[in-house]
Amino acid sequence: MQLITCPHCGPRAQAEFEFDRAVESVLALDATEAEAVARLYRRENPKGWSWELWRHSAGCGVFLKLHRHTVTHEIAEVSLLDAAP
Amino acid sequence: MKRYSSLGLLTAGLTGHTSWPRAWRDPTPKTRYDIVIIGGGGHGLATAYNLAKRHGLRNIAVLEKGWIGGGNTGRNTTIVRSNYRLPQMQDLMEFSLKLWETMTDELNYNVMFSQRGAIFLGHSDSDMTKLAERGDAMLARGLDAELLSRDQVAKMIPVLDMSRDARFPIEGGLNQPRGGSARHDAVAWGYARAADALGVDIIQNCGVTGFSIRGGKVEGVETTRGTIGADRVGICVAGHSGQVAGLAGVKLPVESQLLQAFVTEPIKPMIDTVIMSQSVHCYISQSDKGEVVLGGDPDNYPTYSQRGVPMRLEQVAGEAIALIPALSKLRMLRSWAGTTDMSFDGAPILDELPVEGLYLSGGWCYGGFKATPGSGWLFADHLATGEAHPVAKPFALDRFERGATVDEAGAGPKARDR
Ligand SMILES: Cc1cc2nc3c(=O)[nH]c(=O)nc-3n(C[C@H](O)[C@H](O)[C@H](O)COP(=O)(O)OP(=O)(O)OC[C@H]3O[C@@H](n4cnc5c(N)ncnc54)[C@H](O)[C@@H]3O)c2cc1C
Ligand SMILES: [Zn+2]
Repeated sequence: MQLITCPHCGPRAQAEFEFDRAVESVLALDATEAEAVARLYRRENPKGWSWELWRHSAGCGVFLKLHRHTVTHEIAEVSLLDAAP
Repeated sequence: MKRYSSLGLLTAGLTGHTSWPRAWRDPTPKTRYDIVIIGGGGHGLATAYNLAKRHGLRNIAVLEKGWIGGGNTGRNTTIVRSNYRLPQMQDLMEFSLKLWETMTDELNYNVMFSQRGAIFLGHSDSDMTKLAERGDAMLARGLDAELLSRDQVAKMIPVLDMSRDARFPIEGGLNQPRGGSARHDAVAWGYARAADALGVDIIQNCGVTGFSIRGGKVEGVETTRGTIGADRVGICVAGHSGQVAGLAGVKLPVESQLLQAFVTEPIKPMIDTVIMSQSVHCYISQSDKGEVVLGGDPDNYPTYSQRGVPMRLEQVAGEAIALIPALSKLRMLRSWAGTTDMSFDGAPILDELPVEGLYLSGGWCYGGFKATPGSGWLFADHLATGEAHPVAKPFALDRFERGATVDEAGAGPKARDR
C-alpha cells in the first residue's frame, strides 16, 4: 500500500485516497472536439513516471496532483492543484 | 505431433512418464515471417493456431518476452461465460463459449473445461430486476439463462448464508448453465502445442522493443533477439497494449491497472458452480485441486507493478466470508496480481491500428480469458484477410470518438468493466 503525504493531513495510507484521473486527460472547459478526443482517448498510459490527480476522499477531501512511478510506486511530488486562473 | 490419449497415458505411466516428447519446439527466430504475433498468452497463441489451421499460413511466429502463459492467461480466475447484457458482447462471448465446448477435442489437449454453471446472486428487489432484465436479454439472443428463486439458490449452493439477517441477504439469482471454468495453463499449452505442430515458431524470451515502419507501413519488429521482418504484426500483450502500440507511435484508449486473485488451501469439494454477485464485488469458485479461488474489483489506479494492494484482499475475503461463513475456517494460501489493459468502455479493441499492417487485440480488461478461443479466431481472420469478422466489427478503435462505445456497465468513459 502506498503512503501519500497530504499537504493538509500529513502521511496517510492509500486506503484513504482515490485515484481520480491522469493529468493528461484533464480537459479545458473550452476544449475543441479534436482536443477532447485526443486527451480522453489517446493516452500515454506511462510505464514509469506519471502525473496524476488523486483525491483525499476519506480524509480532507482535497484534490492532489501526484508525480508517481507506475512500477515502483515511488511518489516524488504531491501538491495542491493550482487555483483556476 | 504425438497424439495424447488414455492409452498413451497408461503406457507412458509404465515407464515412469519418461517417454514424452517435447510439446513444442524451441526454434531460433528466422529473419522474416509473413505474420508475427507479439505476446504468447492465450490470445496470441490462439491467433497463431487459427492462422495456421484455418487460413493455411505456415510462416508465423509468436514472440513472447517471458514464457508462454506467464501473463494474465496464467494468473486469471478462469471464469468462462457469455451472460452479458449488450448484444455485441453477447455475440462475442457466445462465439467464444461455443468454441470452448469443443476445444479439448480440437486441440487434443485436456483444457478441463467444466460447465458447472455461472450464477449471479441477487441481494435485493432491484438486483433481481436487473438480473431478470439480463436474463431476458440473453434468452432473446438465444443464450441459456435461468432466473433462480431464493429456494433454488439455497439448493444449488447450500454453503451460502441464507439467513434473513445475513450481511448480503439472498433473494435469488441468475444462472448460465453452460458457463463454468477451465484450466488456464492448459489453454496456453494446448494452443502452443497445436500451433507448433502446424509449423508456428513459438519464441520465448524474445521481447519486442520497437517496430520498423516505412511509409506508414509496418515492415518488422525490433526484439531482444534481433530484427525480425514481417508483412503483418498482431499485438496481443494484455496490460502492455499501450506500451507496445506506443512503440509504433499509436496511443490507445486504455489504462493499465491490476487485478488480483486469491486462493485458499485445498479442501474437499464444497462449491460446484461459479458464484458471482450483482452488487457484491467478489466472485468465488473451487478449483479441481480443491482450492477456493476468489477475485474482486481491480485496484483502481494505474500500475504495472503486479503487486496488489492489501485492502483488496481484506475486502474480498470479508465479502466471501459474509456470503459463505464456512470460508472463515480456511487459510489463504496465495495471492497475486496481473496487469490488465482497462479500456474506457470495458470492451475489447479488435482492429487495425493507424499503421498499415499493424493490428491490435487488446483492451480485454479483466474479462478476456473467456474470450480466448473466439478472439483467436476473429483476430486471425482480420490478420489473414484484412477484413474484420462481423462479430469483431463493433470493437473498432474509432468507436470512442464516434460515440459508439460498447458500454456494458453504462458507466461512461472511465477505465472500468462490469
Ligand atoms: C487476477 C485476474 C483474474 C482474471 N479473471 C478472469 C476470469 O475469471 N475470466 C476471464 O474471462 N478473464 C479473467 N481475467 C482476464 C484475462 O486473464 C485476460 O483478459 C486474458 O488472459 C488475456 O490474455 P492475453 O493472451 O491477451 O494476455 P496475457 O496472457 O497476459 O499474454 C500477454 C503476453 O504478452 C507478453 N508481452 C508483453 N509485452 C511484450 C513485448 N514487448 N514483447 C513480447 N511479449 C510481450 C507478456 O509477457 C504476456 O505473456 C483475469 C485477469 C486477472 C489478472
Ligand atoms: Zn488530506
